[in-house]
Amino acid sequence: MNRRVSRGIAEGVTVVIAAVVAFPLYWMVLTALKPDAEVISTDPRPWTLAPTLDSFVRALTVQSFGRYLLNSIVVAVAVVLLSLLISFLAATALTRFRFRSRTTLLIMLLVVQMVPVEALTIPLFFLMQSVRDVAPVFGLNHLGSLVLVHLAFSLPFAIWMLRGFVAAVPVELEEAATLDGASRSRFLWSVLFPLVAPGLVATSVLSFIHAWNDFLFAKTFIISAAENQTLPLALQVFVKPDQNDWGAIMAGSTLMTIPVLVFFILVQRRLVAGLAGAVKS
Amino acid sequence: MPTRRGDGRIAFAYLTPALLVLVGLMGYPIYQLVLISLFDYGQEQVSGGAPLTFLGLGNYTTLLANARFWAVLGQTVGFAAVCVVGTLLVGTALAVLATRVRTWARMTLFLAALGAWATPAVAGSTIWLFLFDANFGFVNEVLGTTGFSWTYDKWVAFGLVAAQVIWCSFPFVMVTLYAGIKAIPGEVLEAAALDGASTTRTATSVILPLLRPLLIVVTIQSIIWDFKVFTQIYVMTNGGGIAGRNLVLNVYAYQQAFAASEYGLGASIGVVTTVLLLIVTAAYLRALRRSGEAL
Repeated sequence: MNRRVSRGIAEGVTVVIAAVVAFPLYWMVLTALKPDAEVISTDPRPWTLAPTLDSFVRALTVQSFGRYLLNSIVVAVAVVLLSLLISFLAATALTRFRFRSRTTLLIMLLVVQMVPVEALTIPLFFLMQSVRDVAPVFGLNHLGSLVLVHLAFSLPFAIWMLRGFVAAVPVELEEAATLDGASRSRFLWSVLFPLVAPGLVATSVLSFIHAWNDFLFAKTFIISAAENQTLPLALQVFVKPDQNDWGAIMAGSTLMTIPVLVFFILVQRRLVAGLAGAVKS
Repeated sequence: MPTRRGDGRIAFAYLTPALLVLVGLMGYPIYQLVLISLFDYGQEQVSGGAPLTFLGLGNYTTLLANARFWAVLGQTVGFAAVCVVGTLLVGTALAVLATRVRTWARMTLFLAALGAWATPAVAGSTIWLFLFDANFGFVNEVLGTTGFSWTYDKWVAFGLVAAQVIWCSFPFVMVTLYAGIKAIPGEVLEAAALDGASTTRTATSVILPLLRPLLIVVTIQSIIWDFKVFTQIYVMTNGGGIAGRNLVLNVYAYQQAFAASEYGLGASIGVVTTVLLLIVTAAYLRALRRSGEAL
């Protein structure tokens, strides 16, 4: 009896804490759905009786938020695809082959993950300035510059994590495939690639979130080309010195948070398995 | 593993794209960061209006003689410390709580935490700003303090940002430690119970020592994250607070470079941050090795 009471109390406390933790997100969605007059009220209520999509319409039309949404998607998807391809090849090289400098490379991968990328804004800014003169699409003010830096930032961890998955595929399988007459590249793409799919999913999600959430590099690189801005910066468009359009800001935040949230929920199992795989290797 | 002829060459071919990207966009910029920090590199030098002057460690001596730098360094360490301690306390307490309740309650908590974890830093910061808005914020409405600004006073503003950072970083600690507690074999706990150990005794003498390696890992990971917080400070205090009183090292370096056009000085702050973090990282790697993870 005593045990059940104490468990009941613990569960009550748990639910209250969960409500507090989720409250900012509830408030975001609620504000996005409130009519304007209720948003800028000095007497805010935690509910609304007249939900409306006005704020979403305003966000998507007035400040061409849709364009920024598309930019964010382009950058994130490009980063995911490129990092998938490059990290898969690198992870295969690091697990399936023995060569000198292999251990050195592995240690470099670990160390590079620890470099605070924020400190690299200054040299990367100048690098992108020079790149602009050679290949404008990958230079300052263009989405290509964001793709490049986020690709570089997500690669070390992606390679590190995929290593475990590639290593888990038995070598006998490769021998069998070779005996059956499969070429090396055929084995790589038709056998190995599908087999490490769970690892690829986990690394893709992390690369996506990384590129999607970036505020600093979008702010530094996209200086004078408003049409090439991404979502995190576009949110700041609604922040005005005199009067913030909170309804539109919250609608924008909602649009920005939903894809990440969906990804997180969809892959949380695989993500945990992937992280466990990376640690176990 | 069978070693075949030509293995090295194929391995190299597979590695080339990754090496190109990493050397070009991580290695070279790191070298450039150090290089820029040794020069007087301002707006005139960038536009070519003035010659480059090599300062050697000049930027660093300027920095070390500047009271502002020491204040910002102190604030960064203090802010990170508060965030780390807060994150660990909340994360650990909730991980323990999660082991004491039935699945439905645990799933509710984990789902809420997942939401906080997944929220992009910019969106999270903006939501918190609105919740704590002086006039339209829900928090002031509940507390009956309408009109009170949570971002004006230096320490109140730091506290608000720290709370936001803890909100989005405790889920990682909670989930990791929960998995750690669950991985402790039931027999160990049964043996402790058979020996007559109390709940507190079991917690401090059995569970805690077993969780130590994991605790070290999440602590150092949190230190690394919280030491380099940028977005939250930048968005919530509008670029470092009134007269820059809410600056931390990363934001300070950014403002020196891109607002004041003192790229050399900004780069030297970046180098200092990197070195400090690499020291923490060295400790992290040692802890990892001791907890039995092989390279």
